[in-house]
Amino acid sequence: MSMDDPRPYDLTVDGRAVRVTARPDTPVLSVLRDDLGLLGTRTGCLQGRCGSCTVHLDGKAVQTCSLPLWSVEGRRIDTVEGPSPTLARVREAFLEEQAAQCGYCVNGIMMTVSALLDEGVRDRSEMLETLDERHLCRCGAHPRMLRAIDRLLEGAA
Amino acid sequence: MTELPSNLKSNPRLDRWIDVAPDGTITIRSGKVELGQGIGAAMLLIAASELRVDPAALTLAPADTARAPAEGFTAGSLSVEHGGAAMRLAVAMARALFMQAAEAALGAPVELENGLFSVPGTNRSVGYGDLAAEVDLSVSALDQPIPVLFGEGDGAPGFRRPDLPAKLSGAAFIQDLRLPGMLFGRVLRPEAPWLRLDGFDEAAVAALPGVVRVVRDGAFAGVVAERDDDARAAIEKARRSARWSRIGTLPTCDEAQTWLDAPAEEAETLLEDAGEPAETVTRLSSSYARGFLVHAAMGPSCAVAHWTDGRLDLHTHSQGIHPLRKQLATALRIAEDAINAVHVPGAGCYGHNAADDVALDAALLARAVDRPVMVLWSREDEMSWSPHGAAMRVDLAAGLSAEGRITHWDCRIASTPHVARPGSGNGLDLLAARDLETPHPPSTQSNFKVPDRGADRNSVPIYALPQRRVRLNQRPQGPLRSSALRALGAHANVFAVESFMDELAAAAGADPLAFRLAHCEDPRAAAVLKAAASAGGWDPDEPGGEGIGRGLGVARYKNSGAYYAAMVRVEIEESVRVVSIHGAVDAGRVVHRDGLINQVEGGAVQAVSWTLMEEARWTDEGFAVRAWEDYPVLGFRDMPEIVTEVLRSDAPPLGAGECSAGPVAGAIGNAVAHALGVRARRMPITRERVMAAMDAAL
Repeated sequence: MSMDDPRPYDLTVDGRAVRVTARPDTPVLSVLRDDLGLLGTRTGCLQGRCGSCTVHLDGKAVQTCSLPLWSVEGRRIDTVEGPSPTLARVREAFLEEQAAQCGYCVNGIMMTVSALLDEGVRDRSEMLETLDERHLCRCGAHPRMLRAIDRLLEGAA
Repeated sequence: MTELPSNLKSNPRLDRWIDVAPDGTITIRSGKVELGQGIGAAMLLIAASELRVDPAALTLAPADTARAPAEGFTAGSLSVEHGGAAMRLAVAMARALFMQAAEAALGAPVELENGLFSVPGTNRSVGYGDLAAEVDLSVSALDQPIPVLFGEGDGAPGFRRPDLPAKLSGAAFIQDLRLPGMLFGRVLRPEAPWLRLDGFDEAAVAALPGVVRVVRDGAFAGVVAERDDDARAAIEKARRSARWSRIGTLPTCDEAQTWLDAPAEEAETLLEDAGEPAETVTRLSSSYARGFLVHAAMGPSCAVAHWTDGRLDLHTHSQGIHPLRKQLATALRIAEDAINAVHVPGAGCYGHNAADDVALDAALLARAVDRPVMVLWSREDEMSWSPHGAAMRVDLAAGLSAEGRITHWDCRIASTPHVARPGSGNGLDLLAARDLETPHPPSTQSNFKVPDRGADRNSVPIYALPQRRVRLNQRPQGPLRSSALRALGAHANVFAVESFMDELAAAAGADPLAFRLAHCEDPRAAAVLKAAASAGGWDPDEPGGEGIGRGLGVARYKNSGAYYAAMVRVEIEESVRVVSIHGAVDAGRVVHRDGLINQVEGGAVQAVSWTLMEEARWTDEGFAVRAWEDYPVLGFRDMPEIVTEVLRSDAPPLGAGECSAGPVAGAIGNAVAHALGVRARRMPITRERVMAAMDAAL
């Protein structure tokens, strides 16, 4: 058996223990979408820039398109389809502001916002810097998303 | 009789638009598709207002070629204007038939409220579902009387788009479709527009894990695999052994763009006013340009194809499923009715992207297997091979009278094609078609004629001007394929017109706002201009020149669509930053106010990105834009404050997705000139271009 052959990996996804049998270098995005059917984590640029594929890894927002399966063994992944109450608040604020056009980028953005809120980030400019580095939106829905974020920051202050 | 909307005339059977089931379920169908613009919400609101039901009680079926009305392309900001008008009348006719049936059933005149037909003063009522068996909707709109229309209402305040909750959670887009037994395909495309595939080590690729089939047809090559990551790995492997040959003699980057710097003289005259020129004391001329823009959708272009017994079932995010079907039938050499295409939303689409191209890719790859195949484009191909926004140059010349009025206006445009959609030319415009063993050549000329050609869009200014002349030098396709991108020629044309209006105002010693108003005889244009200027705090005496400036821009999209004006403020340190956009829009009666604002502001934000940052390039090695890193777009940090006033109007409803692009670009150009005292006339207005403009002014 070569090191590249499929083998079982145990991880926790959205609060459930799962076992996935796949090659070690399989991108986590592909595991989520094609092994676990969690399609809310979007396939975007696959170049680690656009942020559509963002999830929480042990509570931190990370992109999954270039993240190999071997590196997440035994760790906790939470997706946009998970039960986080913070994420639920973020989603409601985004819907309240109708902060989307096509909506393709939004799940990743909501994941980063909810991770930052969980980490205790309350500073708008810090949040903005992180979003600027890790996420793109092509429809120009940013001003609405920023309004949703302001709403969340007010609520969390 | 009132003239029927053209989309209803061409799809007259009412049951193509609406179905009512005995359980009361009402399904509506539109041929206009969801591109991220929220058209689904608008269609539901239109139908709900005419049926007098809660929009939540309606289902909008996906557009398909089997049942939904054929409404051409979802393009040109015409979905509300044309598609919405047809939907409104079709469902109103259906409602009238139900009302007749209700009166027959109840034996008395009825009123309609909340989906119930009731006899006033009694408790006798029936609903749509109760009458479904009585009412035949397979009738023609051509035979129906024109019913009373209830109209747009109040813009549906508080109405939330019904498609968003799903899109902000789990599977929602075409990329998320998972059919039983579905395989994944990817295609091997060259890294330069002048390369053609000769071959690669097919046996090595076929032996890779998960690979089900290697497909070759001429220079078209792809793989089908169990998983998308297997297909990606296989394409990478194929690329490492690929042999390419150079075809044609495409110009280098610099050669191909010489016309942007100095266009050829030959040009077709599109408009020339008769008459004698008034006495001119000052003459001015200026040249403006923009480079190619990358469509750069957030998601990969995607299609799912499945062949059974020579028939093709296709899932696509194309803007025009009927024209696509026609082209696919030719490319695949099968009958048109052997294809059923169903629309599924993809990532935001701003014009002709690769949705149609990937549909042919999927059909070709799926033909080699007996299971459904999803094909996704790579980011590299998305950035390089998707149709680009056209490169344009606009030369303007005008004169001023002693009183400071414009005496003549001369416009000469040079542009690569804006209309190369599949089905809009004389050839086959799906990318893979030219690569097949038996190729189908792409179009050499567009079927589109003025005023729909694109390059001349908004080249005729909104102002009342004498002695106008507009000429077009249509450039052929170059190394970067160009086609329809949001606003088409209006982005560069309005940038040029509005920049030049400020230059003329300066030459006349006039305030830019007053100068525009003095030349404007269209009250709706004047109203948006005044509203934007007032919202932005326009002050004719506001000093500029210290890196802080403000500018105005106005247009009526296509001179027949929505009116929009913007006042933009910029700050310039290293590069230009748009601080705020105060906009005003008149899109006629408003179906969905929040959806309208979302479209107008999204267009404004995208226009800031285009105008300040975006330009596609290629080098002697090939495409220069292969990743987001190669093509920065406006991000969260640089988002302007944006405020939009929606003007009250009783005119027919108009689309608004494209109206803000041109005016915002013009206003930015003017604000930059106000901030620096020198003007940048070539987009994108990057730091280097600003520096060059300042050097040239010394």
